Amino acid sequence: MKALVCVKRVIDYNVKPRVKSDGTGVDLANVKMSINPFDEIAVEEAVRLKEKGVVSEIVAISVGPAKAQETLRTALAMGADRAILVQVNDNVDVEPLAVAKIVKAITDEEQPGLIVTGKQAIDDDSNQVGQMVAALLGCPQGTFANEVTVEGEFVVVKREIDGGIETVKLKLPAVITADLRLNEPRYASLPNIMKAKSKPLATKTPDHYGVDIATRLKMIKVGEPPARAAGIKVADVDALASALKELGVA
Amino acid sequence: MAKVLVWVEHDNMSVKDATLAAITAATQLGEAHLLVAGAGCAGVAEAAAKIAGVSKVHLAEDAVYANALPENVAPLITSLMCDFDAFVAPATSTGKNIAPRVAALLDVMQVSDILSVEGPKTFTRPIYAGNVIATVESSDAKLVITVRGTAFSKAEVTGGVAVIDMVASAHDTGLSSFVGSEIAKSERPELTSAKVIVSGGRALKDPETFQATIFPLADKLGAAIGASRAAVDAGYVPNDYQVGQTGKIVAPEVYIAVGISGAIQHLAGMKDSKTIIAINKDEEAPIFQVADIGLVADLFSAIPALTDKI
Ligand SMILES: Cc1cc2nc3c(=O)[nH]c(=O)nc-3n(C[C@H](O)[C@H](O)[C@H](O)COP(=O)(O)OP(=O)(O)OC[C@H]3O[C@@H](n4cnc5c(N)ncnc54)[C@H](O)[C@@H]3O)c2cc1C
Ligand SMILES: Nc1ncnc2c1ncn2[C@@H]1O[C@H](COP(=O)(O)O)[C@@H](O)[C@H]1O
Repeated sequence: MKALVCVKRVIDYNVKPRVKSDGTGVDLANVKMSINPFDEIAVEEAVRLKEKGVVSEIVAISVGPAKAQETLRTALAMGADRAILVQVNDNVDVEPLAVAKIVKAITDEEQPGLIVTGKQAIDDDSNQVGQMVAALLGCPQGTFANEVTVEGEFVVVKREIDGGIETVKLKLPAVITADLRLNEPRYASLPNIMKAKSKPLATKTPDHYGVDIATRLKMIKVGEPPARAAGIKVADVDALASALKELGVA
Repeated sequence: MAKVLVWVEHDNMSVKDATLAAITAATQLGEAHLLVAGAGCAGVAEAAAKIAGVSKVHLAEDAVYANALPENVAPLITSLMCDFDAFVAPATSTGKNIAPRVAALLDVMQVSDILSVEGPKTFTRPIYAGNVIATVESSDAKLVITVRGTAFSKAEVTGGVAVIDMVASAHDTGLSSFVGSEIAKSERPELTSAKVIVSGGRALKDPETFQATIFPLADKLGAAIGASRAAVDAGYVPNDYQVGQTGKIVAPEVYIAVGISGAIQHLAGMKDSKTIIAINKDEEAPIFQVADIGLVADLFSAIPALTDKI
């Protein structure tokens, strides 16, 4: 069974984003970029399934600028076998719906048994692509996955939900979206990083898949959230206890 | 006037609070209809019909909808959507699971996690873990929206006199089945609707220490208990306690962060709390930048002492 893994190049999670002074977007010039943390977990899960002999080949895909090659090389170094970059011009944002349509088109070509995405991209925080891919393919979805077990024609997914954990059984092919506790991604070893450089990486365009990437949501403006007023420090526990009483909660 | 279909999240007994905020957002867009789907949930539909501002309740009762499996529920919703201009769901784990599936079936780009309605098709929403607020306008013919519960007031649960309409359709795709769930029962208030929250971080060492330190304070304050990702990852408390970018979004009257450093992903989930109190032994901890009241102290002496004093 083949597995497809979706990886997005995003601002590194340790970097605090800055709004451009004209309010048109976030300043990404000279900012550290990385693989979306949830996608790293998605790749790791696919690699573990391959190590267990469940998955035979892993294809990593990314929709993004030329630099997204680096993100795909990260996935290849972790253990993906080959990669497809669906390249767009720099500074072009491709919305989840268009990404999902591209992933659907690649799925039609590649016929994977599993499509693994992250739960959300930490830049747009949309939390949509996996569910949309599943809808377009007419296949089931195991979102916010905490544990994934393939059993014959099915995959059993433990999902992190608001009240705790839920288990669903899905018919393959299926879409999985990775949550934080699905696994702990490995560090790619130096030899594997070197090896990744010679793994196949194909470059395509959205046109090749017949997908229109024109945005549906017009970005009117971006701004910073209201800042909180400076607080005070209290000297000791007594002062804190009185503060709680003043707030009317103790 | 636009007609809006709202997904009602329920447990077969009552309407979940997050739905009430979604209804408020829906009424800002137009005429709000509710969809109650499930098995044995007629009582929920009756309660839903009493919510203020609701025009009609659509009740789809069938075993195939029992666990809100998106594979079965999404086609139900899309079949109803020919009569509606917008679909609105609370941004809960269920809403986030279902809404994008509906959006893709309708060929609509979803607007996730809205904070406000600025116009018929214009909304604000948080991006980059809430460090940036975007104003976006949809150009799609229909809207699919999820609503951040803390950003809208709750619709009143009484005063409405909506009619209940039965939806006679059963979409069983047979693609998925529900196996089971582990839902922790607690006497404490629910995290997303609590007035006071006491949250613990990595500093709490282990499950026993977390319980022995955080629980008594929470009990005295009648508070819900939250946690940082580090505390959840380390197994101090279950996953549903996590507050943050990828956990729960909370905005209580008082949020008490104990031994939490204040990473941006944690702040994303609690910085709209009315009053933030932080207890941390490191006076440089970033949590103090958002705290209204800070105490620099070792939590292992400060928290038991505080619990005694109140
Ligand atoms: C994609 C992604 C998503 C994430 N989502 C979330 C999320 O939703 N929620 C979340 O919380 N995190 C999230 N994180 C993790 C986040 O980046 C931080 O790692 C995490 O919040 C740290 O938890 P912490 O503050 O408990 O631990 P630490 O950062 O280790 O902080 C512990 C604090 O305790 C203090 N301390 C230690 N001992 C004592 C003592 N005896 N008395 C008083 N203070 C003491 C220390 O000074 C320190 O400030 C996410 C990360 C990523 C990459
Ligand atoms: N441009 C992209 N290229 C590849 N995968 C993507 C892209 N955008 C989103 N994804 C995948 O979809 C997941 C959810 O993204 P989102 O719906 O944007 O929050 C991410 O974690 C990725 O796995």
